[in-house]
Formats: sequence, C-alpha cells, structure tokens
Amino acid sequence: MTLLSVQDLTVTLATNDGPARAVRDLSFTLEKGETLGIVGESGCGKSMAALALMGLLPSMSKTTGRINLDGKNLLEKTETEMCRIRGNRMAMIFQEPMTSLNPVHTIGHQIMEPLRLHKGLSDDDAHKETIRLLDRVGIPNPKARIDNYPHQLSGGQRQRVMIAIALSCKPHILIADEPTTALDVTIQDQILDLIQTLVREDGMALILISHDLGVISENTEKILVMYGGAAVETGRTDRIFEELVHPYTQGLFAAMPRLGRARSKRLVTIPGTVPDLISLPAGCTFTDRCPLATDICRETPPPVIEVKGQHFVACHHVEEARARKTEELFS
Amino acid sequence: MTEEALPIPVLEVRDLVRHYRLPRESLFAEPGHVYALNGVSFEIQKGKSFGIVGESGCGKSTLARNVMALENTDSGSVKILGKEVVGLNFDQLRPHRRHFQMVFQDPYGSLDPHHTVGRIVAEPLAALGSISKAEKQRRVAEVLQSVGLKEHDVEKYPHEFSGGQRQRIAIARALITHPELIVADEPVSALDVSVQAQVLNLLKDLQEEFGVTYMFISHDLAVVEYLCDEVAVMYLGEIVEKGCTEDLFRTPAHPYTKILLDAVPKPGAGIRRDRIKLKGNVTGQTEQRIGCAFQDRCPMVEDICRKAKPPLDPVGDTHLAACHFSARLLEKA
Repeated sequence: MTLLSVQDLTVTLATNDGPARAVRDLSFTLEKGETLGIVGESGCGKSMAALALMGLLPSMSKTTGRINLDGKNLLEKTETEMCRIRGNRMAMIFQEPMTSLNPVHTIGHQIMEPLRLHKGLSDDDAHKETIRLLDRVGIPNPKARIDNYPHQLSGGQRQRVMIAIALSCKPHILIADEPTTALDVTIQDQILDLIQTLVREDGMALILISHDLGVISENTEKILVMYGGAAVETGRTDRIFEELVHPYTQGLFAAMPRLGRARSKRLVTIPGTVPDLISLPAGCTFTDRCPLATDICRETPPPVIEVKGQHFVACHHVEEARARKTEELFS
Repeated sequence: MTEEALPIPVLEVRDLVRHYRLPRESLFAEPGHVYALNGVSFEIQKGKSFGIVGESGCGKSTLARNVMALENTDSGSVKILGKEVVGLNFDQLRPHRRHFQMVFQDPYGSLDPHHTVGRIVAEPLAALGSISKAEKQRRVAEVLQSVGLKEHDVEKYPHEFSGGQRQRIAIARALITHPELIVADEPVSALDVSVQAQVLNLLKDLQEEFGVTYMFISHDLAVVEYLCDEVAVMYLGEIVEKGCTEDLFRTPAHPYTKILLDAVPKPGAGIRRDRIKLKGNVTGQTEQRIGCAFQDRCPMVEDICRKAKPPLDPVGDTHLAACHFSARLLEKA
C-alpha cells in the first residue's frame, strides 16, 4: 500500500482581508523509502502544505481533501490521535534551528521528550538512547554535549540536534522544511549528506522542501514545483531536469546564478513578484507573471498534461512552452 | 594588465587587523581575543566589483565594518580615493562619507519603519551639508527612478513594500550621494530566487550607468561569480586566495576554495558527486596559531603546514594563493 497519499489538499487561511488559499488542490503520493522534493519561492504554500501534513496549521485555517497515511485519513483524526502520530510516525525538521529548539532546556532533555512520550522509555534508557542518537547525527563527545543548552552549539550542530529529535522514534516519513537555508555551503553539504545516509539506512521516506533547485536536484527522486499554492510541474527529478516545461520552472531555473555560466550574460528575470494569496486569479496562479498567458489562463484552471512518462505539467500552453526557449520566453 | 601608471584605486586596504577582546573568564586571567582580521590587503579599481567569500565566522562582515569606518581598527590602513580613513574621528569622517555607502543584508531590519521612503532615502544627503528642499526632492525622485521605483513611492512606508523592493530602497539610499564605492554585505541572500535575479541585474546596470565600484560580500559563490570581476576567499581573518573570477573559479589554487566550490549543489547534476568534504565548522578564531590557518580542516595537510605559514604568493598573472601546495593543485586541474 502507498505510504502517504495526498488528494486535493486545500488549505484556506482566514485573514483580515478575506480568505487566502495557501494550498490548492495538491495531490501526490509517497512510497516507503522514496524522496520527494517540493520547490518554490516564499509564499508558494510549500511550508503550509508541510504543516497541513503534520496537522500543525493555525486554528484560523480550514483544510479539505485527504491525507492518507497507510490508508487512514489524517484529517479525520482527533488532536489526541494526531499527537500519537506526530513525532512518532511522521517527524519534521524546521528551517530555523535557532528558534525551533527551546532555549531553557538542555538538548538532551529535548531529545528525550519524544522517547519518553511515544516509546515509553525510562529515564535511564532514554538517556542512553539520546547519547546514541547524538553520536549518530555526528555530534562529537555526546556524553558531555547532552547537558548543553542550544546556545552553546553552532548553527550546524543545532540542526543536527533537530535531526536527532526528528529521528528519535524512527519515523516512516521525515519532512525537512528548508533544513539548510540558514547554513553555510560546507555545513549544508554535511547536513544533507547526513539526511541522505539516515534515509538510506532506515528506509524512511523524505519530503525535502527548498527554494534551491540545486539542493532538490541532488537529493530527491521526485519533484513537485509549487507556485501560488498549486503544483505546476511534477515528475521524476532526472526527467524534469532533462526538460523543464512550465514557464515558471523555466524562469526559476534561469534566474538562478549558477557556477560556471558565462558572466557577461544577464540573468533572466521573471517580472513582478510572488502573488498575493488573497486575490489569486481563478485559473492559473502564474497568469500575472507568465509571458504566455492568455484570457483562458486567468479564468480556467489549467489542465494537467503528461508531457513524457510520469512528467506532469499544469499549463494551458504546454506546446508553446516546450517550443520556445527560456531566453525567448522572458525577454 | 600592464604595470603602467594605474589610477588611484577607489579602495586600498593594507594589513588590516582587528582583534576583539573577550570578557575575562576570571578576575586574574588574561582576557582572550577573537582574531577577526589578521592582516588583510587588497585594492579595488574604479568601476570594478570585488567579491569576498567565505563561511560565517571568517571575518567578512568585520572587514566590511572596518572599511566603512563603523568601528575602530587596530592597525593597518584603509584608503578610499587615496584618503586614509583609519584614525579619523566622527566629524572628520562625515564629509568624506558621501564617497562610500553601504547596503545591508536584511531589508527588513535596515529601514526605519517609522520613516517614509522619501526621508529614508534622503538621509545620507545630510552628510553633504545644507541643501535646498527642492534639490533634495529632485535627487530622491531621480535615484528612486534609477532603481526602478516610482516617484510617488516617497510617501509610503517600508512595510508597504516587498523584500525585493525594500532592497531597492536600500540601494537608492546608498546611491543618492553619488558614491564611488558601495559596500554590500550579503545584499541578496534574504531574497527569493526570482527577485534576487532582478536585484543582481539592477546592481549590474547601476554599475554600467554610474561607474560605481562594489565591494560585494556573499557566501553564495554563484552570485559572486555572476557579479564580480575579482574575488578574494577568506578564512579565519585572512585572504587565502585572490584572483580574477574566471581564474579562481576555474582553477582554484587553494584547497579551501576548491572545497567551497565543490560543496555548491548543482541543479541537474543528478545523484551527488564524489568530492572532498569538509568536516566540522570554522573554529579557532580565539587562538593565534603557528602555520597555515586552514591546517585543522585541510585534506592535504602535511608537517610543513603546521610549522610555516604559507605566504599569499602569485600563482598566475593576477592570481594569488596562500598554500604550500598550490602548484600541485594547479597541476591536477
């Protein structure tokens, strides 16, 4: 059975200016041991989707659709039931290792918490297990470090502690929301490597959320590109990078400065900014910034078209988008 | 490049040293120090972009603050347009500040939320002495237009703008005095990819239009490669490699540069590549060591690295590296 299957997930946030559709009609599946990357810029709904999976959305939000974990819909679970799943079957690593650890408790205390809660370990066993976990995530001298407070650790080490907490109960699904954005490239490299090793050894499924196409490309098997709360392009990572189809994906890729590219060339830019989620067009969310947009895009949600084996694009103008090169599209 | 009479560089930094004293751990113990800058030298010619890269804790931002004369320098010299700024007091610096301005990393923290955009952008003009209101308005409108904002934006407050637009306001504020040098400390790292590209292109356009010189600090190597003519790689308060961007990125002559370049994830490369990985993070800012600064983390380390400090020697025409084994690295490339 599919481990996780998400169908038509829609998240609506009630704001002072009206309802904001942070996620609309998102569907994907995740098998055991599979790695999925969610790419998009800030405000595209990727973090909201992750929080919806974890059942951590703010109370002023409404979630519809289905999130099936082992065939059971998580949206129908009570908060008490979710507490047993969260941190146990599904765990999450957050972006800011600084703010997501509690500054007044030792890191040992924070890693032991899920062990005692979900696994029912005694204090002694939890302590031993915590030292093993700290060692596993590569913290030197774990016996001494267990009594450290978060401020005594560097950014990379704090992120390792976050990973240790997430791993403590051997979850089936690990959600990492921009786990390396606040870190240096060399530390990013170490952390991603660690996550990869753990996923491989424990057979966990991974959802990696990032705005960095490079990070996603090197660490995932499947990709989901989000814009304005909706998925615009999905498929196998290698297939997608063979041919980027959706105008947004093409623009995003071209806008990224990449090592080894001619310096004289200007970067391609996507005009405008990320849309306001309150006043999104009824149709395609990329309409206002898309060079191919026509009237139909604004009014009608785009059809999802299979370009090539398991590579799907949601666009009214797929043929045109494929025919014209990126430079031509955004010039 | 020929040796003949070069014009005065816009920025000339010589042997800049900055050590911060730590609080005493006990009443009788000698206080420790953070050795943030240990003799940094470089110069930037007019209209060029000079990039500075390195991990956090390598002294990049300390360097920016010292070049901008925002704090006291221990020793060394910073000459802007040939004029020494180290050792000048606040009043002496003030008229000179019009020539060098700064753009900060966080566009949310660097603009005062209580002031209108007009007031924020006009503020550096105070350094030019008294100036008529009409003239002020004219220059604000002019500079806002050159960064792609509208004239009526002067009435608005920072919260009405997106991150990219705020960074444009910060750039406008830096440009309004027609400075020769702009020091930009991670100006695009808080921005989204599509917005980052807009701001990078804007920085390039402004350089072409006004001939402004950039000292550009970033941890993102791809951004530096895109924007800069010359690059210096810093480690523990020292420049370990310096050269024109093409040379340095294509044939790095210091193992640290090579490792940094290899660590950048590349889209479309598929499964992770084989490469040298760096263990641990930057440590050792609080000790003065014998030998190479990079010895603790270097994969090529040998006895000589622990005994003798490698000098920053030329390895090519304009390419310098501080490594005992530069020749070996260049051979392999």
